[in-house]
Amino acid sequence: MSESAITQAGRPILEEHFETLPAQEEARKLGMWVFLITEILFFGGLFATYTVYRELYLPGFTQGSHFIEVKWGAINTAVLIVSSLTMALAIRSVQVGKRKGTTLGLLGITMLLGVVFLCIKFILEWRVDYLHHHVPGINFDYAGPHAAHVKLFFLFYFYMTGLHAIHVIVGIGILLALSYLTWRGRFSPKYYSPIEVAGLYWHFVDIIWIFLFPLLYLIGGR
Amino acid sequence: MSVAVAELATRSRVHYLNESYGVKSWLLTTDHKRIAILYMVSITFMFLVGACAAALMRIQLLEPAGAIVQPETYNKLFSIHGIIMVWFFLIPSIPAVLGNFLIPMMIGARDVAFPKLNLLSWYIYIIGACFILYTLIYGGVDTGWTFYTPYSSTYSNSHVFGAAAGVFIVGFSSILTGLNFIVTVHKMRAPGMTWFRLPLFIWSLYATSIVLVLATPVLAITLSLMAMERFLHIGIFNPAIGGDPLLFQHLFWFYSHPAVYIMVLPAMGVISELVAAYSRRRVYGYAFVAFSSFAIALIAFLVWGHHMFVSGQSVYAGMVFSALSFLVAIPSGIKVFNWTATLYKGSNSYDAPMLYALGFLGLFTMGGLTGLFLASLSIDVHLHDTYFVIAHFHYIMVGGSVMAYMGGLHYWWPKMTGRLYPDKWARFAAFTIFIGFNLTFFPQYILGYLGMLRRYAVYPAQFQALNVLSSAGASILGVGYFIPLVYLIWSMRYGREAGPNPWRAKGLEWETASPPPRENFEETPIVTEEAYAYPTRPRAVRV
Ligand SMILES: [Cu+2]
Repeated sequence: MSESAITQAGRPILEEHFETLPAQEEARKLGMWVFLITEILFFGGLFATYTVYRELYLPGFTQGSHFIEVKWGAINTAVLIVSSLTMALAIRSVQVGKRKGTTLGLLGITMLLGVVFLCIKFILEWRVDYLHHHVPGINFDYAGPHAAHVKLFFLFYFYMTGLHAIHVIVGIGILLALSYLTWRGRFSPKYYSPIEVAGLYWHFVDIIWIFLFPLLYLIGGR
Repeated sequence: MSVAVAELATRSRVHYLNESYGVKSWLLTTDHKRIAILYMVSITFMFLVGACAAALMRIQLLEPAGAIVQPETYNKLFSIHGIIMVWFFLIPSIPAVLGNFLIPMMIGARDVAFPKLNLLSWYIYIIGACFILYTLIYGGVDTGWTFYTPYSSTYSNSHVFGAAAGVFIVGFSSILTGLNFIVTVHKMRAPGMTWFRLPLFIWSLYATSIVLVLATPVLAITLSLMAMERFLHIGIFNPAIGGDPLLFQHLFWFYSHPAVYIMVLPAMGVISELVAAYSRRRVYGYAFVAFSSFAIALIAFLVWGHHMFVSGQSVYAGMVFSALSFLVAIPSGIKVFNWTATLYKGSNSYDAPMLYALGFLGLFTMGGLTGLFLASLSIDVHLHDTYFVIAHFHYIMVGGSVMAYMGGLHYWWPKMTGRLYPDKWARFAAFTIFIGFNLTFFPQYILGYLGMLRRYAVYPAQFQALNVLSSAGASILGVGYFIPLVYLIWSMRYGREAGPNPWRAKGLEWETASPPPRENFEETPIVTEEAYAYPTRPRAVRV
């Protein structure tokens, strides 16, 4: 078959164990979906644990939640939603064969928004939590009511947002690699599954945040 | 003379074993067949380590006061035995060795969907195994394979972190393997290989993969929470500071009950293949056997509470979990009855793989039925944490899964190596294993029923006779495992040439050369018939 001879930027795009290009592209997409299902269960175990303790110790968790700023959480939600839009536009751009520069620009904005998210998270939130002695295991120091449960809340807060932040960092790394390949001209309307699959991952990471935001920031009424 | 000619023919033919040589060609391979071999060597090594721990335990229990080791050491022995056998032998055994080798061949593909990911999962397995061996060398872990909190998170002074890290890491290896298999079965089937033409081995490994992908991440998150509790003393699972140890058990068993089916479903797949091949019949009720795998995978996620009947979970939850646990018997029963129906009036022959399959049928049924005892709330109060439980799950795990793994290994060995092993020795070993196994574990049913508790280094004197019997059986079992190790290795060099299809079995994997070429088939096969399309034989008419 001539498909094995199709190359993009000098490299064949069809791996030798696949019969056809569509089969390869579909396999990659399905692979990512299965991976995301695993991720759902990964975060799901954490959500379940969180829910149990929030049920048991609502006053303490409410107290803890009041120490973190809704403002930054809300801004970060907006940042991630916009980044999902630019991610989708980047896929669209390569799909319809826009100029390389357009795709690169959209990928760049997506990564930039990811970095903005992380900066808000680390500098404006975690650093402040640290200064207020709210980090369990490092400098936790709070003697008010429900102290033990506030500590538990902060553990979940750091663990869940930390795990999410790792996913964002991985996502930025993937997009960086794909930007390089885009610049090298590896992708075309015929072949763009890596970008599409990375998009699936990026949207998933956003969705996790959409759940984390109300769970952590919006409890107990304000 | 003809042997010599055939010998020469194999030597000159290029296949996956001789296409390249050297350590690098193995460590960097993306060939699913070579990765299967890498897994086989690794899990055999881990099996030997786990078996040594078991041997020491059986020696210890020869005497009521304990024959050789201190109780602390005994705790470490049963912990490392459980951890290694569950995560580093049984879970990867059939999927990662036989599954890796066979799934692409059975569906007519050149490889799995993601060959590099496949190699990565082996490396992850090795990293996890290194953590376990490190733990073992630097003093061991004493929490049992279950890592129950708050003991593991607060009070144990052993290397909990190393062991938990090893299990956490190896989990990702299972997830990637499962992911790879799911996509492979969906997207890599040869033309004409419809879902209902798939061998039942594929159906059951597909169901296994679903469980792997859904359950394993929960174990990972649970172990990480436990490790955090251990470092930070926050009270996630420690009741002394507001935590709930029962929550750990819920999360742990949400994974670990399905994990039982991760270990048993692939075994059921192997048995379907063996029964069909050696009775020369299509498996009776193909669709029922196929879908019962999914029923088992589904119910697996709904029964975890049966491990916690005496842990203080609510009585109503206990009742629901008990009732749901009984449901598992239905799809399992369907399979056993269908295999039996296949054997009935089949043209049965009793080669070594078939002996293992028959052993499976008896031992698995026995393990399954005693599972129903344990699923009954009131009886479990009496039997919980006794040797009855130990005997029950060893009948499933060893009598079921290991028998199937051995059977599968013998059945596909000629395909993997191109050589036949000495059949007489193989049959002798199968019998030895069967006898040794029953001698080891049947007395444990009685011991448990009489009230001997598990996980103790010492026991009341009246239990000695049965314990000695069990230890004697274990030594026979050990011999039974040792014999195949010798003749299988021997056969790689001195065994007779197998030829493409020594059992005259159906299935795509038998239509290519043994050992297969790198790309499995000279040209992509086109499937035109159902699985197990054995010629129907006119029935003998009785006058
Ligand atoms: Cu169970």
